[in-house]
Amino acid sequence: MTEVITAREGAITRPITVRVNGTAHSAVVETRLLLAHFLRETLGLTGTHMGCDTTSCGACTVLLGGVPVKSCTVFAVQAEGHDVTTVEGLETADGLHPIQQAFHEEHGLQCGFCTPGMMLTATALLRENPNPTDEEIRWALSGNICRCTGYQNIVKAVHNAAAKLAGQWR
Amino acid sequence: MYPASFEYFAPTTLDEALEILGRYDGEAKVLAGGQSLIPLMKLRFASPSALVDVNGVFELGTLTEEGGGLRIGALTRHKACERSELLRGRFGALGAAAPQISDPIVRNLGTVCGSLAHADPQGDWGSVMLAVGADVEARGPDGTRTIPIEDFFQGPFTTALEPADVITAVRVRDPGASAGGTYLKLERKIGDFATAGVAVHVSFANGTVGRAGIALTGVGATNVKATAAENVLAGAKLDDGTIKEAARLAAEAAEPRDDLRGTAEYKRNVVRVFTERGLRAVAEGRSHD
Ligand SMILES: Cc1cc2nc3c(=O)[nH]c(=O)nc-3n(C[C@H](O)[C@H](O)[C@H](O)COP(=O)(O)OP(=O)(O)OC[C@H]3O[C@@H](n4cnc5c(N)ncnc54)[C@H](O)[C@@H]3O)c2cc1C
Ligand code: FES
Ligand code: FES
Repeated sequence: MTEVITAREGAITRPITVRVNGTAHSAVVETRLLLAHFLRETLGLTGTHMGCDTTSCGACTVLLGGVPVKSCTVFAVQAEGHDVTTVEGLETADGLHPIQQAFHEEHGLQCGFCTPGMMLTATALLRENPNPTDEEIRWALSGNICRCTGYQNIVKAVHNAAAKLAGQWR
Repeated sequence: MYPASFEYFAPTTLDEALEILGRYDGEAKVLAGGQSLIPLMKLRFASPSALVDVNGVFELGTLTEEGGGLRIGALTRHKACERSELLRGRFGALGAAAPQISDPIVRNLGTVCGSLAHADPQGDWGSVMLAVGADVEARGPDGTRTIPIEDFFQGPFTTALEPADVITAVRVRDPGASAGGTYLKLERKIGDFATAGVAVHVSFANGTVGRAGIALTGVGATNVKATAAENVLAGAKLDDGTIKEAARLAAEAAEPRDDLRGTAEYKRNVVRVFTERGLRAVAEGRSHD
């Protein structure tokens, strides 16, 4: 449990407690603070990237209660009492998460800016649909924009991760 | 981008939500999916004094069948519609529209009722509801009232809602035993609003059209109900001639403007082609299902 206060003097604030990557964080935040800024600036979790800041690119995607959301379009106060997963929460004690390992192996990233969002959206997809087709992968990732890869290797990486996860569960 | 400051409330009952909205006398806004309101606040096109986050109001419930129609509770997300088995066949226009709204991540949060309340002339649900037939159920300081969708949209981003009203549900009317429909949308890319969109619904009676609903997205100051096209279909057989005539009338009802997405002439033509395709799909039993 960490306690942080980030508000300016005189600002409208609210105390919140959010479980981020399994750890409860309590903070007094301005009501207008976006979840993306809470994660990046209050908690220092800069793996969540801000691309467009206009709900268009998906770079800021995190899981809120297991569901992919654009953290530039959710207020931190809305996450009160909820679980948030960011890219920092993917890695396990055994090392990289299968989706991370798969992106690495398949060269599913170039500049890496879109990658945290891509991987979080992909993990949510694989939880619901452990063996997706190319088309299902492309559809699920259609809210996440990549300006580098041309998507081919991202699709391959998601297939690779699906195979890894299937092996894990067997 | 930082929105202006606001008070934030997260009530757990509708009564509480209404009380807060009443107290702020038009200065507070309901926060549902936040997928239209938060972008507007970030751009400072909207700066409400308070937000009443209704996501914890359990009674705003879910998507159910009701008396041959549907009841879409205020917290029903686009994603729930995309996945629902209820939104097929007779409600094909709804089922076809759901996956075409924005992108998968926005659909996780955005709601049908929030979309109606927002009343963007480029919103897809407005056209779908106008075509299929629906009533907006709202609770305000004076109790519950029902607003027919035909009276709901009053201008761009303007509805018949009072500032302290909360939409509790949208009720889709019973389309009858034999009905079908679809939604066609031209978008430049996933996540873009419609260049033009057409919602098509047909309720059949004894092999002919009983009631038809045609409504247009992105080609007017509100979602446009193409009444003349609907009228020419009512009582007719869905044959080639009638379909072509209805498509022509739908295109005539459109009031498109030139913009980055295309010229007015182009959009009008898209409306004609989509109306024709939609009606053909329904005639051939290829409603969204
Ligand atoms: C990138 C992007 C692309 C999009 N593309 C499309 C698209 O292609 N087609 C489309 O139709 N939409 C699109 N949208 C909008 C999206 O569908 C929104 O989800 C929807 O318009 C608003 O629903 P919401 O639940 O998010 O409402 P909010 O943003 O929470 O609220 C919107 C407005 O409605 C009011 N409101 C919400 N719920 C209620 C209620 N129960 N009672 C009274 N008032 C209420 C709010 O006070 C606010 O004024 C897009 C949005 C984004 C960010
Ligand atoms: S930064 Fe949030 S969608 Fe682009
Ligand atoms: S790797 Fe550069 S944006 Fe996707």
